[in-house]
Amino acid sequence: MVRTKKNNLKQVSDDENKDSIFIDIANGFIFIKLIFKETFSLDFEFKEFLYQCYQIGYKTLPLIAVTGSIMGLVLTIQSRPVLAEFGAVTMLPGMVAVSLIREMGPVITALICAGKIGSGIGAEIGSMKVTEQIDAIEVSSTNPIRYLVVTRVLAAATMIPILVLYADALGILGSWAGANIKGEVSLILFLSQAFSHVEFIDFFPAFVKTIFFGFLIGAVGCYKGYHAGNGTASVGVAAHSSVVLASLLIIVVDVIAVQITDMML
Amino acid sequence: MNTLPDSVDAQNPVIEISHLKKSFGHLEVLKDISFNLLPGENLVVLGKSGSGKSVLIKCIVGLLKADSGIIKVFGQDISDPDNKVLVQLREKIGFLFQSGALFDSMTVRQNLEFPLRKTKKDLTEKEKENKIHEALENVGLPDVIDKMPSELSGGMRKRISLARTLVMSPGIMLYDEPTTGLDPVTSEEISELINGVRKKYNTSSIIITHDIKCAMIIADRMIMLQEGNIYKEGNPELFKNSDDEFIQSFFK
Repeated sequence: MVRTKKNNLKQVSDDENKDSIFIDIANGFIFIKLIFKETFSLDFEFKEFLYQCYQIGYKTLPLIAVTGSIMGLVLTIQSRPVLAEFGAVTMLPGMVAVSLIREMGPVITALICAGKIGSGIGAEIGSMKVTEQIDAIEVSSTNPIRYLVVTRVLAAATMIPILVLYADALGILGSWAGANIKGEVSLILFLSQAFSHVEFIDFFPAFVKTIFFGFLIGAVGCYKGYHAGNGTASVGVAAHSSVVLASLLIIVVDVIAVQITDMML
Repeated sequence: MNTLPDSVDAQNPVIEISHLKKSFGHLEVLKDISFNLLPGENLVVLGKSGSGKSVLIKCIVGLLKADSGIIKVFGQDISDPDNKVLVQLREKIGFLFQSGALFDSMTVRQNLEFPLRKTKKDLTEKEKENKIHEALENVGLPDVIDKMPSELSGGMRKRISLARTLVMSPGIMLYDEPTTGLDPVTSEEISELINGVRKKYNTSSIIITHDIKCAMIIADRMIMLQEGNIYKEGNPELFKNSDDEFIQSFFK
């Protein structure tokens, strides 16, 4: 439970039905409200935010590079025979680029980040809770929501879109590599074919939804860590429940985003 | 065993607690607690595990909100804490956690810098460094400044945790089971260190413990909690010579 604004949250948490899903949802909304409130406070922890950007963004680059490029490669190898049946192999670069930019890049990158970053945040904050480090931050006259939560949530919301762009770029390069397995096409020709099919409307909604994905990964990880129980087992629970809930919410938000985008087209 | 320092002024307690109550669901942990902490005093709170000792000091520092009752620190009522008042007061209160609660992703230096970065913004880097070195000297560990907490023993972690509170030069120290999990020799060293801190920093302290040996070394006055109430209050001799079976069970 959050201690800085204990009046609201503790009343809810201390209720005897604290395992109720409604209590959990209520605590979740109060937590998000606190995040927004502390985000706009004057005393922003900029140094910690930059450190978290490094941890969340830079340290995830190798994983995203591998998955992004394989994503493009596999998509190309599997799509090529189907397109060849219709004599539409020239459509391959455009199809892969649109698939990656609109849907596959954002969702798969977000799901991978939910696994790596969400579980990391959940476990880290959960273990800080168990070992009283969050209390130690609070008695050191530092607001733990501002220091631990806001920095991680904003760093995730900032870095996930960048990681998605990185995954998209490497996915297209992976696709070019895949196209060269059974043929020969120059990179410049491949890119020009790919981007001739990509429009602003393909790119913009996908980019916006990745900001939400990042926010969700950070907020869910922090929430689960902050609400971890008192034993060491609860650290594991916080980590895996962060991944499960963040992944589920990513899918739900994606469905909503796709519907909204569809209405715009 | 100590005698009360000359500076003690019974008229102006640094902490005043009256009719404090705290429950978790249906479990009443603190039922009706009232006591004062006098300036320069070492007050030991004894009790079995689960008797509400840690809850009591967490209410004092505002980590837990009391259900009812009055808590005054340096004359300011923090029973229903306004964040600004509490933040200001926390600068004057040191809290030694049972586990040490060192930030395990930071070095000892960074751990000691942490409370200074928000509350002592006017200090130069050199002054901060001096404070850190002074605190480490006072706990007898000047050479571990660049080590990680994982590289330290249990006793060293407790000392570093104490140094982290001392950099703030607190007026009040709250110790949550400072000798738990330590061997008897290290426990005695930590007990002597608590006395040393009182002398050097002129602190008033509440020490939560069930280690009677530690209590007898540091206590000016003792309070025993049982089932959420104060069972007995008095000086260490009173406890030692008591015929009460429950009290004597702590001395066995």
